Amino acid sequence: MALRELSSLEKYLGQKKANKYSTQGDKKVPVLQNNNGPPLVGLVTIACHLAKEAKRPELLGDTAESRAVVQQWLEYRVTKLDSCTKEDIKTVLKDLNLYLQDKVYLAGNQFTLADVFMYYGIHPVIVDLAIQDREQYVNVTRWFDHIQRYPGVRHHLPPVAVLRNRIYTSRHH
Amino acid sequence: MNLFVSEGNPHCLKALAALEATGVQCGVQFVNHDERVVPFLSRPTLPALALPSGQYLFSSNAICRYLFEVNGQECSELCDQWLEWEATVLQPALQQALHMAVLQGKSSEVSKVLQGPINVLEQSLSKRNAPYLTGDSVSAADLVLWAGFFPVLSDSSLTLGEHKSLKAWFDRVAAMNACQSAAQKVLQGKGLQGMKSYMQKQPAPQSSQCRETQPCNSNSAEEEGGERVVSEEEMEAAALTWSKGLNTCPPATKKQHPILPQEGKRNVLVTSALPYVNNVPHLGNIIGCVLSADVFSRYGHLRGWNMLFVCGTDEYGTATENKAREEGLTPQQICDKYHAVHSSIYKWFQIDFDYFGRTTTEKQTEIAQDIFWRLHERGFLIEDTVEQLRCENCQQFLADRFVEGICPHCSYPEARGDQCDKCGRLINAVDLREPQCKVCRQTPVIRSSKHLFLDLPKLESQLEQWLEKSTSTGDWTANAKQITRSWLRDGLKPRCITRDLQWGTPVPHADFKEKVFYVWFDAPIGYLSITANYTNEWEKWWKNPHQVELYNFMAKDNVPFHSVVFPCSLLGAQDNYTLVNHLIATEYLNYEDTKFSKSRGVGVFGDMAKDTGIPSDVWRFYLLYVRPEGQDSAFSWADMALKNNSELLNNLGNFINRAGMFVTKFFEGCVPVMELQEEDKKLLALVSWELQQYIQLMDKIKIRDALKHILNISRHGNQYIQVNEPWKKIKGGDSERQRAGTVTGVSVNIACLLSVMLSPYMPAVSQTIRDQLNAPPSCINTMLEGNGTFVCSLSAGHRIGAVSPLFQKLEADQIEALKKKFGGQQTTVRNAASAQSAAVPAPAVAVEVGTVNQVDPEKAKQLTQAVAEQGEKVRALKAQKAEKAVITAEVAKLLDLKKQLALAEGKNPEPAPQKGKKK
Repeated sequence: MALRELSSLEKYLGQKKANKYSTQGDKKVPVLQNNNGPPLVGLVTIACHLAKEAKRPELLGDTAESRAVVQQWLEYRVTKLDSCTKEDIKTVLKDLNLYLQDKVYLAGNQFTLADVFMYYGIHPVIVDLAIQDREQYVNVTRWFDHIQRYPGVRHHLPPVAVLRNRIYTSRHH
Repeated sequence: MNLFVSEGNPHCLKALAALEATGVQCGVQFVNHDERVVPFLSRPTLPALALPSGQYLFSSNAICRYLFEVNGQECSELCDQWLEWEATVLQPALQQALHMAVLQGKSSEVSKVLQGPINVLEQSLSKRNAPYLTGDSVSAADLVLWAGFFPVLSDSSLTLGEHKSLKAWFDRVAAMNACQSAAQKVLQGKGLQGMKSYMQKQPAPQSSQCRETQPCNSNSAEEEGGERVVSEEEMEAAALTWSKGLNTCPPATKKQHPILPQEGKRNVLVTSALPYVNNVPHLGNIIGCVLSADVFSRYGHLRGWNMLFVCGTDEYGTATENKAREEGLTPQQICDKYHAVHSSIYKWFQIDFDYFGRTTTEKQTEIAQDIFWRLHERGFLIEDTVEQLRCENCQQFLADRFVEGICPHCSYPEARGDQCDKCGRLINAVDLREPQCKVCRQTPVIRSSKHLFLDLPKLESQLEQWLEKSTSTGDWTANAKQITRSWLRDGLKPRCITRDLQWGTPVPHADFKEKVFYVWFDAPIGYLSITANYTNEWEKWWKNPHQVELYNFMAKDNVPFHSVVFPCSLLGAQDNYTLVNHLIATEYLNYEDTKFSKSRGVGVFGDMAKDTGIPSDVWRFYLLYVRPEGQDSAFSWADMALKNNSELLNNLGNFINRAGMFVTKFFEGCVPVMELQEEDKKLLALVSWELQQYIQLMDKIKIRDALKHILNISRHGNQYIQVNEPWKKIKGGDSERQRAGTVTGVSVNIACLLSVMLSPYMPAVSQTIRDQLNAPPSCINTMLEGNGTFVCSLSAGHRIGAVSPLFQKLEADQIEALKKKFGGQQTTVRNAASAQSAAVPAPAVAVEVGTVNQVDPEKAKQLTQAVAEQGEKVRALKAQKAEKAVITAEVAKLLDLKKQLALAEGKNPEPAPQKGKKK
């Protein structure tokens, strides 16, 4: 999973040559062999490295504040989201929904790596949601739909239909 | 800017230390643990930093990173990496360590839990030879990691003695003023105890980190798609293991009965829920209890643990009494008859009990009465009068299962007297609306009678204490924990332990001499009495919690009796009983798309499996493949055929057979010389990894998940053969021939490994493979040792035996026929059959059948044929002087078929078909 996310990110960043990865341990933590130094370990670490390499530092946030926010959500992704149980997922969705109430992206008005990796991480959850639930977490689905349509992001994942196509607008559908 | 922190919270230690170290201008506010500071998070999360923009940071690592950056020290990539490692690897281990040290008082185990992370850190520090993690100056990573370790290291039981670099680094960081000051503020010199109130509010950590609780982000996509990347180290390690060869120590010894606990061994007592005697078990029962327990027991034996696996039939109760009346036999005769039916079914399924007993024995009376008196003497029994339903027509008090009515909670019309199938809630029979006697359909009356109750509320705190320990140290399935929790949450009430019946263990108390023990009190004691019938030294298993680990296997409906009620009986009796350490409950297995149900007669029953002509091993395989582990699953004929053909035949069987055939055809039956190249080592690494996964999962009784890893190995193997094409290379030059030899040799060794891993699942096939390969017996214990060691067990020159195919294809028409025979008509045929198999009184069922069954000439023709065949079978059995119980069972089937035939022909079935069985 992690390796596919990284390869999707590489495509998004427009890198010609794919990097070589391996994994470490039971949890298959990604490892990037780095020509200029020791290997880099960890999804977040590697992703940030790739963004810097591609000269796209704005993807990590353009102020100290937004950089901290981006890191926080990346950490949230690999800790909370990746190990959450079925019961926890409701809380995650609820919190995220409230958080996104007044935001376009996770770090405010700017698209960052936090959006990319939270999107990858939450994709299986959204796939499993009933259409009614998707409508219940409307801010999450709005954000999710926005990111999956963001050019070049959704490489390895199938698109998810998030909202009903209503033929009639009345309540009696 | 404002930082919110709470006392005793280790994460706040990080943030405060970073704040002091950087000197950033920021207010600090101490709040309670459960204060919700961050407006959008529903759970209290601290520390939290309110940023000048009004945003909140709620991750301590992000806060530290931010403070350093504001102070002009940006985080390097290495610093990022340590922060990520801390959050994903170190924190889960620390949570577990702190939980043990602070809440469970098991400081001694902390070092074990933290061993891995400590080694990583020590290695990295000693290799880099710099004073701090990222170089010559302090970074956010240093403070974050220091703060992580500080609480556990402040307790003396964990020392960093041998880890010199780590110790030097830790002391260096700890000496900073910022750290000392932060530690004082957060822990106030109270060490670990200062964290108690914080830890109590945290959810218990998952001991084996998320394996069990990962469902929502399962990486199934990855398993199906891309291949696992194997590192150089893994390949070298696998090749090294491979070259070690077989153990010299002798293989797992044959069992010597009686098996008793041994000093210095892992002594494991396995029970599976006792099946009720007068039902023929269906596939759901078999997978939920005896088969799962059997797989684990076989596995444990191969791992070299000292295993004892006991089970037996649960024989007391009203159902047996009624059944006896119907058949004109005594209850004891009924039990004898059906006990034999059960035994023969389990034998066919190769369930390898060390002892299969029954509850109607003298030992049962002796032990149950002893426990009763002990509870009585200690004041855990109370007297009360109970209102009970009595059917005046049948002249008896009605057992819960013999009353049906409308559920008082959800209005389901067919709720039983003890539980509602629809909403799952327990019911008091007298609370049912419009109750009916299931035997005669009359309305019963309420009568009162004096009974004894087990005082569960009095035992509740003891129980909770024990549960906390057992569930946190043992392997309890998630459903078992959850069901238990919900029972405790509702609060325990006294439970009646006596009944107005004859067929039961008599209550020895003079005031209750007409009564017997209630089956829920009595039946679990069967585990003890059955063991006592196996060996006089049964107390070495059952009163020996220090040496013995107890595993209970069951379906989830049985959980409360094993996790709450029975432990209360044993705790109250205060005789140092062995209580359950690992409670393994399955979910439900559905039949095609409906529920297996004894009382509704839906599904395939154990005795019919063998009539399908499908081998026992294949049944075992499929049932284990769809084992309802973690969620409900379904038995489907079409899927069974598919899995047999795709997994067993085309994947597993094909690989093993090809590997063996290459040795026979190209190398005259002798394993060729192997010279491992990169590609071979890669395969060894892949296979070793799958083996390790298998062992980890089996140790945790994830039987279905472990099976998938066996199949992965043969998939790897098939791919390997396909890519290397030994059948072509064998015709080439020397180096090509050499290559063909290596590929063949490695493959046949993988086949040998597969036979070992399959052994608990498909014992007969597993043995056949080893016979075909002429494999040395020590291959089993060698490869299942430790974390799993894949060694070369068939070395060059080893001569294998004759190889032949292991599995047969299940053809579509064959499966269609079976589906029709067992499945297609199940709503009608099975209902009729339930009259004999499910203790449902005959007249009621006859009515039911009559309403659904129309004249059906096609079916009548099939049934005429079936009756003729069954008649032949019975005659043959009689001629062979087969066992009486077997003949009786076959006769019952014949009568049943005749009845169905009558129905299909539109005739009236006999009003009371059971009478025919008297002769």
